[in-house]
Amino acid sequence: MFQSRNEEDDVVVVADVGVKAGSSLAVAGSGRLLDELPREKLAWMLQKMCEIRYFEEKAEDLYVRGLVHGTMHLSIGQEASAVGGASALQPDDFVIHHHRGHGHTIAKGADITLMMAEFLGKEPGYCRGRGGSMHIADIPGGNLGATGVVGSGIPTAVGIALALQMRRSEQVLVCFFGDGASNLGEFHESLNMASIWKLPVVFVCENNQYGMSMSVRRSTNIEHISTRAVSYGIPGETVDGNDVLAVHQVVKAAAEYARSGAGPSLIENVTYRWRGHSKSDRNLYRTPEEIESWKERCPILRFKQVLVDGGVMDAGEAEAIDREARATVDRAAEEALTFAEPSPENIEDEVYAP
Amino acid sequence: MTDVGENGKREITYLEAVREAMVQEMRRDPEVFLMGEDVGVYGGAFGVSRGLLEEFGPERVRETPISEAAIAGAATGAALMGMRPIAEIMFMDFITISMNQLVNQAAKIRFMFGGKASIPMVVRAPAGSGTGAAAQHCQSLEALFMNVPGIKVVAPSTPYDVKGLLITSIRDNNPVIFMEHKLLYRAKGPVPEDIYSIPLGKAEVKRAGRDLTVVAYSIMVPRALEAAEQLAVEGIELEVVDPRSLKPLDEETIVRSVCKTGRVLIVHESPVTGGVGGEIAAVIADSEAFDYLDAPIRRLAGLNVPIPYNRTLERAAVPQVEDIVTAARALAQEGR
Repeated sequence: MFQSRNEEDDVVVVADVGVKAGSSLAVAGSGRLLDELPREKLAWMLQKMCEIRYFEEKAEDLYVRGLVHGTMHLSIGQEASAVGGASALQPDDFVIHHHRGHGHTIAKGADITLMMAEFLGKEPGYCRGRGGSMHIADIPGGNLGATGVVGSGIPTAVGIALALQMRRSEQVLVCFFGDGASNLGEFHESLNMASIWKLPVVFVCENNQYGMSMSVRRSTNIEHISTRAVSYGIPGETVDGNDVLAVHQVVKAAAEYARSGAGPSLIENVTYRWRGHSKSDRNLYRTPEEIESWKERCPILRFKQVLVDGGVMDAGEAEAIDREARATVDRAAEEALTFAEPSPENIEDEVYAP
Repeated sequence: MTDVGENGKREITYLEAVREAMVQEMRRDPEVFLMGEDVGVYGGAFGVSRGLLEEFGPERVRETPISEAAIAGAATGAALMGMRPIAEIMFMDFITISMNQLVNQAAKIRFMFGGKASIPMVVRAPAGSGTGAAAQHCQSLEALFMNVPGIKVVAPSTPYDVKGLLITSIRDNNPVIFMEHKLLYRAKGPVPEDIYSIPLGKAEVKRAGRDLTVVAYSIMVPRALEAAEQLAVEGIELEVVDPRSLKPLDEETIVRSVCKTGRVLIVHESPVTGGVGGEIAAVIADSEAFDYLDAPIRRLAGLNVPIPYNRTLERAAVPQVEDIVTAARALAQEGR
């Protein structure tokens, strides 16, 4: 299951990690998973992917209309990574993620109205308007929050997983971060520490090809970020991050590996962000052709096709899910726009816990 | 190791008091654990955690690789889950490697998540000069953390205080930077064997006096008290106020003392510029004590230099007893 590619001789090394073998399944396993997962689960995955897409588009629309105070980091094109990762978890498992985190939040089951409220800075929002787009957390839902500083969730994830281990919990944590984060010292310290303690955490690197404008080709000297797992003696695998079933399957295996007490692993979801890094991005570092080539690999269109081809649902059913997702997001935005703003009177209340 | 002092009370060292606070809290609360470099069989670089591994085992006396960012992150994450980690950073200087986790994560998580999480953790950091360890092993970095909302800063000066304040810090539901001065580790004083706590944000008047207030914390408290002894011979009575925790700061006790004496000298080891003394001076200037001042508010603090290696230079870089005597004597006369 967990493999790493040796670039020089192109040999695929399959690590002995005690989980079901079958290295090619992870990348091209869609057909087989279609039989294993219940239709409701597959429909739910499509629904969440569509909700993410429409949430991001709505966020952009609200921004253009001048209704959003801050910036945002949209994950359009990366929906399969978030949904494939979160769908591989048990409901009481945890995620921690990053500034491009709307997708993980939706995939972990957040209330979209409360999310939209937070995005708009409203008091009823998940963080009562204190956090905004980059810091949405839903603690009771097992979403331990987005962090705005690249890579900062990774060391924190070590501690979350440490607490789970010390409490003999059956729960595991997925820590999402980007390709840029994998060049931080914190990444190294954390994966090393998690590996020596065999902590129940799955590190998921969402390689969307750019850290802002810095191409992963220029920022790293390796083909696959997952090969860094070798340094920590943990399983590493690169997966097609636009194939939601492939992501699901690999993260599921890694989560169960962690749950069994075997320790962490490093998954690399190869994907692409269609939009710029943030609102300041003028796309000077990549070509329109490159962007278009990735749009042709749209994770949502692909998944719909897989579902239809596999006989899970017909095209009409898939489109109905799509339409309902759009309606959900529209309703959420409408409602959230009516919510109250926070009051400066109690601005200091939450700095310290009582 | 324990002694009985003149008044019949048990006396232990500051170092033993730190250890006792950890042991008692770890016995009381299974969610409390210690992590850091060499804290196990080695007992920590200064021997503070000696014996803990035997009692609590390697899971709760958790040795880490040399990874200060991950140590701080592991503490932050465990605290987010409701555990109560104590992270030892071997020298306070090394806390700079932890800064992202402490400043951007631990300090912010509660607020940016709308008050829906808390981070109950303690970072113990041996600080201060006087050991000949030079510029990268002698810093006192409390001022950095004073400027970070969400973090508390504690700097105890006596064995009694260090035990009670560490117990309170462990029970506090926020990240606490707990400064332990290396030169104080061997200081002895009365410490009750029972568990007790000292509230954060409550100063103590370590010596009462009519002529001049000295606000001092950590190592500067015993130095100020010695200076007070010397000046008492000359008929100058210092009042030594020890804030004990810098954030929260007991402004009321400081202001009350300055109202009484009309003169104040603020003493600390860390560099004067951008330091804690400036903040305390501003607190006094902003308060009713301003009307009682008979002389300018004075600061006596570390020079704006890295801590030098050479013994003479090292002493010259931070306030010594004789410096406090000189500064306090001059201030006591100023404007008369």
